[in-house]
Amino acid sequence: MTEAIDVEGLVKRFGAVTALDQLDLRVRTGEVHGFLGPNGAGKTTTIRVLLGLMRADGGTARLLGGDPWADATALHRRLAYVPGDVTFWPQLTGGEVIDLLGRLRGGLDPKRRDALIERFELDPRKKGRTYSKGNRQKVALVAALSSDVELLVLDEPTSGLDPLMEEVFREVILEEKRRGDRTVLLSSHILSEVEALCDRLTIIRAGRAVETGTLADLRHLTRTTIRAELTGPVNGLASITGVHGLTSEDGRVAFDVDADALEPALKTLVAAGVRSLISQPPSLEELFLRHYTKSEK
Amino acid sequence: MTGTGRLLRLVLRRDRWIMPLWIFGFGILPYVYIAGFETLFATAQERVDYARVSAANTGFIALYGPLHGDSLGELAVWRGGFVPLMIGLAALLTVVRHTRADEESGRTELVRATVVGRYAQLAAALIATAGASLLMGLVVAGTMIGAGQPVAGSIALGVVFMLSGWMFAGVGAIAAQLTSSARSARTLGVVALGVSFVLRLGGDVSDDREFLAWLSPIGWVHRVFPYGENNGGPAVLALVFAIVTVGVSAYLLAHRDMGAGLLASRLGPATAAASLGSPLALAWRLHRGLLFGWTAGFAALGLVFGGVGSSVVQLAADSGGVDEVFSRIGGSGAVTDAYFATTAAVCGLIAACYAVQAALRMRDEEQSGHAEAVLSTSVGRFTWGASHLIFALLGPAVALLAQGLLAGVVHGTVGPVLAASLAQLPAVWVLAGVTMLLVGTWPKMASLAWGAIAACVLLLLVGSLLEFDQWVLDLSPFTHVPHLPGGTFTPLPLVLLTAVAAAFGGVGLLALRRRDVPR
Repeated sequence: MTEAIDVEGLVKRFGAVTALDQLDLRVRTGEVHGFLGPNGAGKTTTIRVLLGLMRADGGTARLLGGDPWADATALHRRLAYVPGDVTFWPQLTGGEVIDLLGRLRGGLDPKRRDALIERFELDPRKKGRTYSKGNRQKVALVAALSSDVELLVLDEPTSGLDPLMEEVFREVILEEKRRGDRTVLLSSHILSEVEALCDRLTIIRAGRAVETGTLADLRHLTRTTIRAELTGPVNGLASITGVHGLTSEDGRVAFDVDADALEPALKTLVAAGVRSLISQPPSLEELFLRHYTKSEK
Repeated sequence: MTGTGRLLRLVLRRDRWIMPLWIFGFGILPYVYIAGFETLFATAQERVDYARVSAANTGFIALYGPLHGDSLGELAVWRGGFVPLMIGLAALLTVVRHTRADEESGRTELVRATVVGRYAQLAAALIATAGASLLMGLVVAGTMIGAGQPVAGSIALGVVFMLSGWMFAGVGAIAAQLTSSARSARTLGVVALGVSFVLRLGGDVSDDREFLAWLSPIGWVHRVFPYGENNGGPAVLALVFAIVTVGVSAYLLAHRDMGAGLLASRLGPATAAASLGSPLALAWRLHRGLLFGWTAGFAALGLVFGGVGSSVVQLAADSGGVDEVFSRIGGSGAVTDAYFATTAAVCGLIAACYAVQAALRMRDEEQSGHAEAVLSTSVGRFTWGASHLIFALLGPAVALLAQGLLAGVVHGTVGPVLAASLAQLPAVWVLAGVTMLLVGTWPKMASLAWGAIAACVLLLLVGSLLEFDQWVLDLSPFTHVPHLPGGTFTPLPLVLLTAVAAAFGGVGLLALRRRDVPR
């Protein structure tokens, strides 16, 4: 089995609203896969279909080689889930919730549980109603991470954590990654987190996957920003397809360039004589913004 | 108090459907009774006879309260004796909904951060509820005067209805300050209401313990006797009670932090007990408070009902005064039988409330996201649903057992009294089954289960009076419960009711497996 999650053409409707519209998602076994999208893009719905909580209206979904709807309970022994909107029973303590969920899943490693509680600086004796959002998230994370499972499904797991705890979370996920046998589906819109942790990522918008691949693949799809001071006049830069937003003033030029137009553009600059050059690689933010603002049109 | 006006509009906007429903629903009820009685009695003599027999029937008194006269107005007020209780419930739920429920969900935090005073939210909720009660009182007085009833009595009745709302709005306001969750606030309010009802009942059905009824807010409103004595004293008492409860709630509000109750949360165990490792164990943790509370309540009901049982015959003799009345309702044995049959029926309906509440926990779990956490483990839908349903089925059984047993022991005849209580169970289970069916097939409308209970109550209370067709009466499972003690026992209806309950519950559970969670 090389693919932990294999989703093809997934459709999910809620009445007149189409939440998932021919969604494709492939997560390879052993990788950390980033799942990006703006609010309401369908990330949580996709996850709920994968967990067999919701039934798809069309398309196919395979999870760990099984059918997420029909084999739900058997598959759930092999995965752990951190919901995006974590609430727990007000009358149960954090420690009780961790143990309970672990046991319902089929067992947890008490040593690992205690170590994680220590690292996340969680007080497990507090009752559910008294935890802040970040602390509830810690409870869910400890519960998920202390089980020895093949797949971790994390729905925006750090949206309530402080920067220190976010760092702890990254360390823990990187350790998981080094073990090599755990697959992680990480839904997020914190780009630095995805950049730091994920091997590959899928960007979804309005229920459809718009981009998928490694970070390098995706960078390739976007533009580099170039600023240069030239010694002589430059000709033909504007006519290169793939050069955008060109401005030129007193021998200074600035433009964005598509990856495949980078070489001709640089050659043109060199021909004109370069005094200084600044090149800015595309950030995930830009990639993200490009896809999201596109959706408004 | 800054911002009260705006928040008041918010309250009215959010309650724009439900509030008119109870204002007019309860408001026109006395008129409905007048109309019903007018068609029921061909002559004045018939009415007087009916009043005489009714005033001696302890079962009736237990249910509706005391009856002092035989005019049309008095009969209507008396038959509507349960209405103050329902108004109280509506009022306290409204206040909790707009105070503690908002605070628990975090909406209050958002509102309080704007230009809104500390008391504004409580004030808005209370003003809205008090205003609705006032409007309801006006509807009562207006429709009754319109029906040709005496003006003074009609106004007195309007005041009784209004004060019922005011008093329990105050009770709801205090409950909302004491607890830190809306659920416990509601439970506390309903317990207060239940205690009032039981005290009222205890005081009314026995001559020598009438003081009990004077300890109860519900007892006071029954002692106004509109169209008869039109007593002002109890009404003043009720008004003072309403003012004091509101004052106390405002004081409590000023002496606590936002989000907190008066009872602080303590630290609990860092690890789960070894037993907490299955869906059933989790359901036990979630339901045990409910089970203990309801069982304690039913035990108290049993003690009161049983304790009062012996003086029932005496009261009937006093107020009826003649053997003729006795023989008409079947002799002194029949008086006690009728009394215990009625109390068992009341307990059955209350137990059905417990069954619905317990079954709806499932829906609460789903909406709050807790179900998602459990169902993403290796727990299946069926197991999860069944783990809650079992408490909706066995919980009421335990409660009715406690009530019947204690009532029987205190009264001295365990068998028949206990049997009467337990005979209600299959009908209670039907309501649990209906709730499960709704949760499975039509989850957004699951709270319609409360409507089903309201329909059963209504059919019991007004069905025979308004001469509904038998098939309408048959819709309520409680119509099919054998009339015990005293009546003839046939097991068939109970078997059929159980089968119906099982069918509903089974279909609901199967439907739950097939639908999206959460939905």
